[in-house]
Amino acid sequence: MAAVELLATTALNRHFGGLQAVRDVQFSLRQGEIRGLIGPNGAGKTTLVGMISGRLRASSGGIAFKGRDITRLKSWQRVALGIVYTFQVTSIYPNLSCYENLALAVQRRLPGGLAIRFGGGEGAIAGRVAAALARVGLEEDRDRLAGELPYGHQRLLEVAMGLALEPELLILDEPTQGLAEGEIAQFCTLVREIAEGATGATVLLIEHNMEVVLDLAERITVMDRGAVIAEGTAAEIQGDAQVQRAYLGT
Amino acid sequence: MSVGGRVLLLHLGIVALLFAAQFVLPAYHHGAAARILVLAAFAVGYNVLFGYTGLLSLGHAMFFAAGLYGAGLSVFYLGFGAWGALGLGILSGLLLAFLFGLVALRTGGVAFLIVTLMFAQACFLTTLYFNEITFGDQGFVISRQLGPLDLGLAQFPFAEPAVKYNMALAVFAACFAGSLLLVRSPLGRVLVAIRENEPRTRMLGYDTWRYKLLALVISGAMSAAAGATYALLFSYVGSTFASIQYSIYPLLWTLLGGLGTTIGPLLGTGLMYYLVDVSSGLTSAYLLIVGLALVVLVVWFPKGIMGALRERWLPWLP
Repeated sequence: MAAVELLATTALNRHFGGLQAVRDVQFSLRQGEIRGLIGPNGAGKTTLVGMISGRLRASSGGIAFKGRDITRLKSWQRVALGIVYTFQVTSIYPNLSCYENLALAVQRRLPGGLAIRFGGGEGAIAGRVAAALARVGLEEDRDRLAGELPYGHQRLLEVAMGLALEPELLILDEPTQGLAEGEIAQFCTLVREIAEGATGATVLLIEHNMEVVLDLAERITVMDRGAVIAEGTAAEIQGDAQVQRAYLGT
Repeated sequence: MSVGGRVLLLHLGIVALLFAAQFVLPAYHHGAAARILVLAAFAVGYNVLFGYTGLLSLGHAMFFAAGLYGAGLSVFYLGFGAWGALGLGILSGLLLAFLFGLVALRTGGVAFLIVTLMFAQACFLTTLYFNEITFGDQGFVISRQLGPLDLGLAQFPFAEPAVKYNMALAVFAACFAGSLLLVRSPLGRVLVAIRENEPRTRMLGYDTWRYKLLALVISGAMSAAAGATYALLFSYVGSTFASIQYSIYPLLWTLLGGLGTTIGPLLGTGLMYYLVDVSSGLTSAYLLIVGLALVVLVVWFPKGIMGALRERWLPWLP
């Protein structure tokens, strides 16, 4: 497959007061790849994807998605373009049922405008919600309150909500945190399915679990103290002296 | 029976029961019920914004008053018929809510609360300031100018208790049905999502600002419909209805009946009306009794009557 650039940032900066959280980051993603984004705590990973997804505004620099400048777009507009972010801290609606949680994501993608919003369309929504639940194996929990699910299932629900938004770029922020071994394996299979095929999504994976990153990611980007310090295949990264310093100290 | 069928049957049943009640209620309660139904429509409108969208307003008197004055003034000065006055009243509330929303929805939480309060006070003072037109807190009566209700085939004078009751019921039923449709639609789902977690809802791709504006406009229009109907049925228009009291009432009614439930506003309005009515017959310190009742409610039923019912026994209630 030809390497089509999906996302590119140019000299992206973000500071919080005097703290420079992200410094001059040039970062790009090829369409269809699974990219790992790693780095020590406080390296600026979440800040970087926050700017990509529109949760945070860039202090300076630019972001282009499919060749279009999106630096000034609001987060909800970026979702419409296909940039979907799933939260590091599980962010579902705990007081709503799993069905309602997913329906919110599903109906955002249904065509039909006002007619859908004011009624009708519930049949179409229900069908897609069922499919989304099946995809992560939560069929049984359809009518349970999301807040009552065990933690691992809440994470799966969160991912299912992201998938139901039909992302072109899916940003997973520490998705396996708090999952059990078996759940992690199930999760890796799911991510591979997401990225598969011609219509597969591009996945940007922030992850502390190195086994997961090495298993899934084709290329890995390493950040430290707000800057990208290395990028390459797993082997290249493991051999990189700067990366070893960042992780192990000198 | 499916949940949808059960919900529909329950709501239709309530409206049918209210319709049947007019034939058995004694005169005094017949009149009280008409008043309760109009005020309940106001509470239903309030509930759309606070109960379902999570925006706490302490200024809904301005929307009620917009309807009241929009209808009252157009009858008094322009000789409008009942339908025209009702339409103009609703339009006034709708427009006010839209313009107010453009400004006020830039804030949220407590700031929003304060802005609603201040705007409503400004509206209240406006009705006093232009007292040459509005007759201020003395108000004016429109029974001489207002013609009968024209339903094409027949004319119904508003002085008839049966006309009052059925007109009140019609307006209430319209708001009641509207709120039920709304909360069971995908649009209502987004409003609830905004109440539960607005930042998350934005990250699902919704422009929450626009949805909040829409909720405010729907809520304002329903409140104004109630205000306009109140002017037509009870013939009196005065600035009391724009005062803070009428911003607090819908909040109390909704809390008592159950915030974010479709039936709660009706139940809360009815109970509160009779609580005030009965206790003021017993003692001049009736507000003390009302206050105590509210304290009991907040302590034991923080989600209101319908909210508690839903939580404990009837989870399918919308």
